[in-house]
Amino acid sequence: MTRYLFRRLFLMAFVFLALSLLAFSLSYLFPGDIVQNISGLRQIDEAQRQQLVSYYQLEHNVLAQYLAFLQRIAHGDWGLSFASQQPLLQEIKLLLPATLELAAYALLLSFIVGIPLGIIAAFKPHNLIGKSISALALVGYSLPIFWWGLLLIMLFSLALGWLPSAGRIGVLYEIPHHSGFILYDILQADVKYRIEALHNALQHLLLPTVVLATFPTTVMIRFVRDAMLNVWEQNYIKTARAKGLSRGQVLYRHGLRNALLPVIRQIGLQFSTLITLAMLTEVIFSWPGIGRWLIDSIYQRNYPAIQAGLLVISTLVIAVNMLTEILHALFNPLARRG
Amino acid sequence: MNLFTRHCGSSINSAALICACLWLCGCQPQMPETVRSGLVYCSEGSPESFNPQLVTSGTTIDIISQQLYDRLVDIDPDTGSIVAGLASSWQVSADGTHYQFTLRDKVSFHSSSYFTPSRPFTAEDVAFTFNRITDPLHPFHLQGGGIYPYFQSVDWASLVKQVQAVDDHTVVFKLQRPDSSFLSNLTTDFAAILSAEYGAQLLSQGQPGQIDRLPIGTGPFRFREYQKDILVRLYRNNNYWRGNTQPEQLVFDIVPNNARRMAKLFTHECDIVSYPRVAELELIAKRDDVTVQESTSMNVGFWAFNTQKPPFDQLAVRQALGMAINRAAIMQAVYYGHATPAYGILPPTSWAYNEGLPAPVYSPARARALLAEAGYPNGFSMDIWAMPVQRLYNPNALKMAELMQADLAQIGIKANIVSYEWNSFRQKLGNYEHDSVLIGWAADNPDPDNFFRPLLSCAARDSGSNRANWCDPAFDEIISNALLTADQQQRRALYLSAQQYLHQQQPLVAIAHSQRFQAISSSVSGVNINPYGGIALQQARRVTP
Repeated sequence: MTRYLFRRLFLMAFVFLALSLLAFSLSYLFPGDIVQNISGLRQIDEAQRQQLVSYYQLEHNVLAQYLAFLQRIAHGDWGLSFASQQPLLQEIKLLLPATLELAAYALLLSFIVGIPLGIIAAFKPHNLIGKSISALALVGYSLPIFWWGLLLIMLFSLALGWLPSAGRIGVLYEIPHHSGFILYDILQADVKYRIEALHNALQHLLLPTVVLATFPTTVMIRFVRDAMLNVWEQNYIKTARAKGLSRGQVLYRHGLRNALLPVIRQIGLQFSTLITLAMLTEVIFSWPGIGRWLIDSIYQRNYPAIQAGLLVISTLVIAVNMLTEILHALFNPLARRG
Repeated sequence: MNLFTRHCGSSINSAALICACLWLCGCQPQMPETVRSGLVYCSEGSPESFNPQLVTSGTTIDIISQQLYDRLVDIDPDTGSIVAGLASSWQVSADGTHYQFTLRDKVSFHSSSYFTPSRPFTAEDVAFTFNRITDPLHPFHLQGGGIYPYFQSVDWASLVKQVQAVDDHTVVFKLQRPDSSFLSNLTTDFAAILSAEYGAQLLSQGQPGQIDRLPIGTGPFRFREYQKDILVRLYRNNNYWRGNTQPEQLVFDIVPNNARRMAKLFTHECDIVSYPRVAELELIAKRDDVTVQESTSMNVGFWAFNTQKPPFDQLAVRQALGMAINRAAIMQAVYYGHATPAYGILPPTSWAYNEGLPAPVYSPARARALLAEAGYPNGFSMDIWAMPVQRLYNPNALKMAELMQADLAQIGIKANIVSYEWNSFRQKLGNYEHDSVLIGWAADNPDPDNFFRPLLSCAARDSGSNRANWCDPAFDEIISNALLTADQQQRRALYLSAQQYLHQQQPLVAIAHSQRFQAISSSVSGVNINPYGGIALQQARRVTP
């Protein structure tokens, strides 16, 4: 296991190296003035420029500039946003939890819904239930998320008026910012209307979560179904059945454990898609997360923000990928050898 | 539909907890007072600053001005007359250069987490506020760039000699010359009164910049928080001197997208929506949970020619262009019938309106004849600059420009439509790089002068805000004379002749006076729209059905 971990970490170091090189080169590739692109300052006078050039080591060679860049990233000096002239790291810290929260609930929902449905579909592959689950999974898989989100807003917000159409919580509820995770913040908040606020926040969460969960759920259903069908054909299942274990016992003790192993790995692989979809969902529902911010930044040609956003999101995706790989290896001794 | 059932179906085993909670709580949640009586106003943009002195944008004024601040004097929105505000009474000297205001007692500034006032509002605060604009040595003068756009447009610095606090309750404004629009200027949303004590506190803390970011005023609401591009939260000022503020909380939800703002109104996430698109008014009118308030607004949309550039320096050409435009089509396609055609730049609601102005003529044949007379029988090529933003007086300048392009083609003129991003657009206009421009003006106060001096005077040309690049000493004399007298009959006569003169000279073609609209949830009452400026939400309240 130690060797495996070591090997993984070594690989990760290379990935990060490549990522940081890409992020570093962006400042040079973006149009405009390099000092502005790095610092994010809009108006730079001559004296300030001199100071910045030496701070960013711009008079030295590229290697020195790259090392200076790494140092700044490590120290949390990520420059300013063109649009707001606020430190980028601070902005990201405020926004990232909203995205993580949405993605986490959607992922959770996709497990809770996808795994049982996948198992059912695997058990009854030929009858109506199994077939309709598979069909639905296929349709859900190919749904354009933008259209689906708007459709749900039309139905539940505009036509029926049951659920709000945008935001994280009704703006009249004032919840102090602690962690940035809205449900946790509400529980931590010292306000009289905690229950109402929680109810309101859940209402706001419902539609975006369902929309974002659609894709991973269908992936989960298909994956669990295939893995289950595969495992069910294995000899040890037949043996267990022959020994007289009931279907339920076999399913729980032998089937599920083995079928779900690849699912763990699947989470890591799906995570990047999930984050991409989360960005779209944030735009549709005006969810104040990092995805909407990044898309706005692209519109505004806010180069420092694009750079920082890419760095954060790619780091996140790589880290989650790595984590699930390691988890997978923990549960599955076979993977450690590979 | 399949998909939908799948989601609902799956919710049964999965999100049952959430559903149950929603259902349970959804029954009849006992809302706390701050939420129940709170109001949400969906705004089309973020405020640029929290100090009205520094801004001109209607979006910002709507959010900050009437809610957070008071003025020395106010306008009665019904009669247009000037009424007492923070000043309970005032006297004007016989020569019109000496204004003495007696201030109201026991008015307190907001106390908040960042400032607690130790004394009530006094004359010192008035002097602090207005000296900031004119006095280069004032510690806050250069804060925020030292630019006070409204006050510069009315030439405030050369008008006001001195603002002096005589005692706690008396303040005197000494003017260089009489100016009959002076009191009107004090009623504008820009003339908000700031706190001198707060200024001193910020100076001693070394954070003078906060004065425009964390506002302290005397208005019906106090500032609570601002999340950029998300919301502005205000709380009720419980010590408001006028008393009787209804909402405990007022939130400005920032939703730049038009369609989304409308959706939020329909889902009751917003109570009040600013500037619904005229095209959508019919859709709104069909719903019974939303009402549309229509109010007269003092504004004019116009087409200004750069009168220094040939061929627009020729009167015949300007007249020909004015006759070539089919206004009926513009009123229909751009304003959707929610505006009155303009005969001159002054709206009919003004007391100085000239009833005698002839209605504009649409006659391509006569326009062609005029062009031939001016030496352009075969027409020419010109640019029409269309402003890139939606404004009340011109909801869609590009569309208007396209219509005009077709009209002008009829008389042999080839028009190119030009547009830039709004800031560079205004900058280039200020340099007079344009041939002609579609733009407009919304009044800040009811005084007719507000339509003449900031738009067409020589001073306005020099400061780059005279869109027609037009400087006519004869016209300037008329409007300056109108300021020197306080006699309304005399002033009226002068403004009538000014309008007549403009009609003859035609430096610009006035197109329409637009109505202002506000879409409001039916459960909210008491929203007042000031025809001369921002929205006032002090009296707004939620009526429980």
